Amino acid sequence: MFSHLLPEFLVERRSDRCIKCRVCERQCPNGVHHYDTELDLMFSDESPCVGCQRCVVFCPTNALSVYPHPTTYRPNASWTREKLQDLKKQAETGGVILTGSGNDKPYRIYWDHLVLNASQVTNPSIDPLREPMELRTYLGRKPDTLEVEVCGDRVSITSRLSPNVPVETPILFSAMSYGAISYQAFVSLAMAAKEFGTLFNTGEGGLPREMREKFGQNAVVQCASGRFGVDPEYLNSAAVVEIKIGQGAKPGIGGHLPGEKVAANIALTRMIPEGTDALSPAPQHDIYSIEDLSMLIYALKEATNYEKPVSVKIAAVHNVAAIASGIVRAGADIVAIDGLRGGTGAAPKAIRDNVGIPIELALAAVDRRLREEGIRHKCSIIAASGIRCSADVVKAIALGADAVYIGSAALVAMGCTLCQKCYTGKCAWGICTQDPYLSRRLNPEIASQRLVNLLRGWSHEIKEMLGGMGINAIESLRGNREHLRGVGLEGWELDVLGVKGAGE
Amino acid sequence: MAVSCARYGLREMFLGGVRSLEELRSRLSIEGQEAEIDARDLVHKEINDLIREAALSGARRITLLNVCGQRYIGTRLFLPQQDGKIEIHVYSTPGNDLGAFLAGHRIVVHGNAQDGVGNTMDDGEIVVHGRAGDIVAMAMRGGRIFIRDSVGYRAAIHMKEYTGKVPVLVIGGTAQDFFGEYMAGGIVILLGLNLKPGERHHAHYIGTGMHGGVIYLRGEVAPYQLGREVGVLELDDKDRRLLHRYVGEFARHFNLNAESILDDRFVKLMPVSKRPYGRVYAY
Repeated sequence: MFSHLLPEFLVERRSDRCIKCRVCERQCPNGVHHYDTELDLMFSDESPCVGCQRCVVFCPTNALSVYPHPTTYRPNASWTREKLQDLKKQAETGGVILTGSGNDKPYRIYWDHLVLNASQVTNPSIDPLREPMELRTYLGRKPDTLEVEVCGDRVSITSRLSPNVPVETPILFSAMSYGAISYQAFVSLAMAAKEFGTLFNTGEGGLPREMREKFGQNAVVQCASGRFGVDPEYLNSAAVVEIKIGQGAKPGIGGHLPGEKVAANIALTRMIPEGTDALSPAPQHDIYSIEDLSMLIYALKEATNYEKPVSVKIAAVHNVAAIASGIVRAGADIVAIDGLRGGTGAAPKAIRDNVGIPIELALAAVDRRLREEGIRHKCSIIAASGIRCSADVVKAIALGADAVYIGSAALVAMGCTLCQKCYTGKCAWGICTQDPYLSRRLNPEIASQRLVNLLRGWSHEIKEMLGGMGINAIESLRGNREHLRGVGLEGWELDVLGVKGAGE
Repeated sequence: MAVSCARYGLREMFLGGVRSLEELRSRLSIEGQEAEIDARDLVHKEINDLIREAALSGARRITLLNVCGQRYIGTRLFLPQQDGKIEIHVYSTPGNDLGAFLAGHRIVVHGNAQDGVGNTMDDGEIVVHGRAGDIVAMAMRGGRIFIRDSVGYRAAIHMKEYTGKVPVLVIGGTAQDFFGEYMAGGIVILLGLNLKPGERHHAHYIGTGMHGGVIYLRGEVAPYQLGREVGVLELDDKDRRLLHRYVGEFARHFNLNAESILDDRFVKLMPVSKRPYGRVYAY
């Protein structure tokens, strides 16, 4: 069928700079650039261009520019270019429109409407360069009270303690499975987590056996509806076991790794036959209620000899506070909440862009509800989706999170440009692909260094912000809404967030 | 006694009042490789504490008496440092998730089992001298399960196989709806031994979303009982050898005559595609 679609990007080549080195041709997995030997000229066909900027970055003479295609339909606030293009694409294929990464629609980003406090005159601020500043966070259930026994000069704790896992900074890498991302990207996350003393999350694609001993103690391993790669050794090699109920990018629906991506290694790690679709059902079929969730939580605790905290990850949806309360009562040690802007390797666009609620509101509601019920200490909360910078982390912690998951930010650190074409498997940056020609572009030594640099930079900024508030431990900020004020928010939003307006 | 400040309180559903191993030691008797546990009034953690203790003390055959609804029996036996697998005999009714994540051990239930038998089981064998509830063998990836009578809903859901590991589930009776849903691998045999003459199997949506593995059915099903993703095939020699082996094993467990079971007609259900939903999306 003749396609009516307009190209998304325009490729501009400055011929006075182009030296016909053909780097752009080799770097582009979509076949945009082409060298004609007879004419000795470079040509570009922009229609398959996804705007990933790989060729622009790698062009040695800065001859290329790639920007949104100026061709447009008659401007229409309701029928936007994107709406028309999607409509035409569906008319041509009859399929579900897929997309990757997180929701890009202009929902209110509450981080940008919250401002932080700082000490002036009445209490001293702290300089983290010269004074101790504690970012270490313990994830897991805390006891109601701490009872100690003093025996001469030895003090021992007599309360029954639940397993807790320390992280050196309250930033964890979000669930991204081997299969969705390349082996190199997966290993890079593991290496960075180990080097910095934090955790990465295997997603539901399993943990390759050769990585278990080296990286297990920095891994959150997922047990999701497909139960891919879940065996007793996998569970016992990890620091934390996470039950994945939902994901912010696609609440309520399952996952689907297409068979062509299930190559030998991925099949082995997921423990499924090569070349078959890896279908994750929408629900976990042994969980239809909080009681059933409890059953799986304790099954995992039994399977790991009660040595590891069990986390439950849900998408932020309506009534999230009541759901989170049920999760804690079901026995979870950690509740991970993934909001409206959470990323994904592939999701129907209709779901990604329309289902779920913003993490800021969900987080504040959950934290408040658990406090009201007197069970906030029974779990740690990890907030995820759309954490773009250290200030977002600080605001999330002030709204009640113990730590945050970063997914998109970590990918961007490795090279991702959020072109949203993850589902094609043709990631030019070697991240979201299983094509060895592409994935070997990502050197885990270098990519993990970028990730460690990011964690170091953010952690330092967090310390600076804490110091400015006169706080010397991240714990003192948790749920401390006095350090937040809202700007440009309506009454109901301030109420849900539990934050005063600026000036109050 | 700690004072709880919780406004609505939080009841420790499974761990409240759990007794220590020392307090329960009298429930466990070990003689050489044989151990016996009196499970009366124990909660699941206490039973598994005792089973683990018995296993670590060298017991290789553990008998559980007076079991009544306790969950996760055999789940806490991932013991990579330990040689030899353990055989657990359960009298009489274990609770949900019997042998969940089972790491290669053998469990024999002398009675009925509840939901989740062999949930995400990795390897080993479970034999149930009775019926079992829902989601039998969910996401099972290795080992064998034999159920003498019928099973509930969603049996064999999302069973899978990889490399040489092929799980096997044999059910003597019939199954309820969504039997073999999402199956990605493994061998499932449904014998229908308790069906009356002319009575069809009970399940609808058999093999819905199935994209791997195989189901062998003895007894009648109507086409409308099958999911869209499965096709019905006749048996070949390889299938017959396979049936001979596993139905034979089944018959030995329950003192039945394998030959008379195998004399009846079987059909084979296989997925029509490894990629049932490959054309749903617009790229």
